[in-house]
Amino acid sequence: MKRRDFLKNCIMVIAGASVPLSALTLVDPRKVLAANPDIQWAFLINTEKCVGCGFCVKACKTENDIPFEANVTRTWVERYVYTKDDRRYVDSPKGALYGYTESRVDLGRGEFKEIDPKNVGKAFFVPKLCNHCGTPPCTQVCPVGATYKTDDGVVLVDRKWCIGCGYCIMACPYAARFFHPVLKVADKCTFCYHRISKGLETACVNACPFGARRMGNIHDINDPVTQVIMNERVGVLKDEFGTKPQAFYIGLAQEVR
Amino acid sequence: MKSHVWRPLYVVIALVVGLLVFRFFYVPNDFGSGKRGFMYSFHRKSNAEEWKKQPVKYSVTGKQKMHEYCSECHGEEVKVRTEKLHGVIPCEDCHGPVLNHPEAPEKLDIDRSRELCLRCHTSLPYTTSERKRIPGIDPKGHNAGVQCVKCHNPHNPKLEDMK
Repeated sequence: MKRRDFLKNCIMVIAGASVPLSALTLVDPRKVLAANPDIQWAFLINTEKCVGCGFCVKACKTENDIPFEANVTRTWVERYVYTKDDRRYVDSPKGALYGYTESRVDLGRGEFKEIDPKNVGKAFFVPKLCNHCGTPPCTQVCPVGATYKTDDGVVLVDRKWCIGCGYCIMACPYAARFFHPVLKVADKCTFCYHRISKGLETACVNACPFGARRMGNIHDINDPVTQVIMNERVGVLKDEFGTKPQAFYIGLAQEVR
Repeated sequence: MKSHVWRPLYVVIALVVGLLVFRFFYVPNDFGSGKRGFMYSFHRKSNAEEWKKQPVKYSVTGKQKMHEYCSECHGEEVKVRTEKLHGVIPCEDCHGPVLNHPEAPEKLDIDRSRELCLRCHTSLPYTTSERKRIPGIDPKGHNAGVQCVKCHNPHNPKLEDMK
């Protein structure tokens, strides 16, 4: 053995022996995340529990001062009706602000379609709101830096700084944004930032009698909502857009987008 | 280079400097990006605090702490009135948001309208939806125009217990 090889081997043995065994155990990412309780808000919607009462929409509009009768809303509920002869109908009159009190489907432009009850195959309701995407396209397009994603994962609009150009409204693939008819700025769901930062549930979660809407910290491994997202079959809307939506749906159908 | 090149260049430089000076005074000092980087979170950082200052109108009456806020004063009443079927409905859905109650609105404005009940109790032929579990009526056929609360007790909706 040459002296060079001998020294090399000695150094390797010493270096290997100096690494304690504990450092070789695999790091559990769950434990690491649980140790650093940073908040990352996520929403969980159980479409199987929704009955389309629209209390969430009413509560949201009241809580956030959205003009009640105006045809804009931060959250809405859609109705999907599939008939047995394979036709699909979707509507959301006034965003379901007054719930679904009629069996006829609103086709838009003042036209309605009464569906024969015997012909109804399946029907369900889907609540929708801003997905607070991980990579939100709306904040990318803002020319003045008025909309942004906070460190805890909520996409907000700076009402003082917004110039109302509407780029973000067009950029959102989920049509979650609208033009505020009174303030003349872009407006959207804030996850009730004033409520969640005080430890309260959002207005829509609070108003839902059936627990169809839930909210949690997706970085907290012990959060019941995170548990559901990790362990059950959930889906997101328009995954192919690469927006990384943070609103997860249980019981999602292919037609729901 | 000749002066016919320099002169417009001075104008351009003056415009750029002017723009930078204007920007220096106009853009707030706290403009910056958080840990999401420039692309997703270039913003006025004090804005998040402004959003947090919005008034909270609905208190905790929902699933998080069912009826807790109301129970602080109306304890016994809340207990009796929520042990029946409609106990899953947060008080504020019908009684309205409790902002500043009991000071400013001494009495809450209760929504007793027929439309409120019909949100859930309109009969829809959707056998696959959760709606099927809720008893429904035909709004046009079942005592049209009469408030539901005239006959039904909203806190104890069981038909057997009807007056």
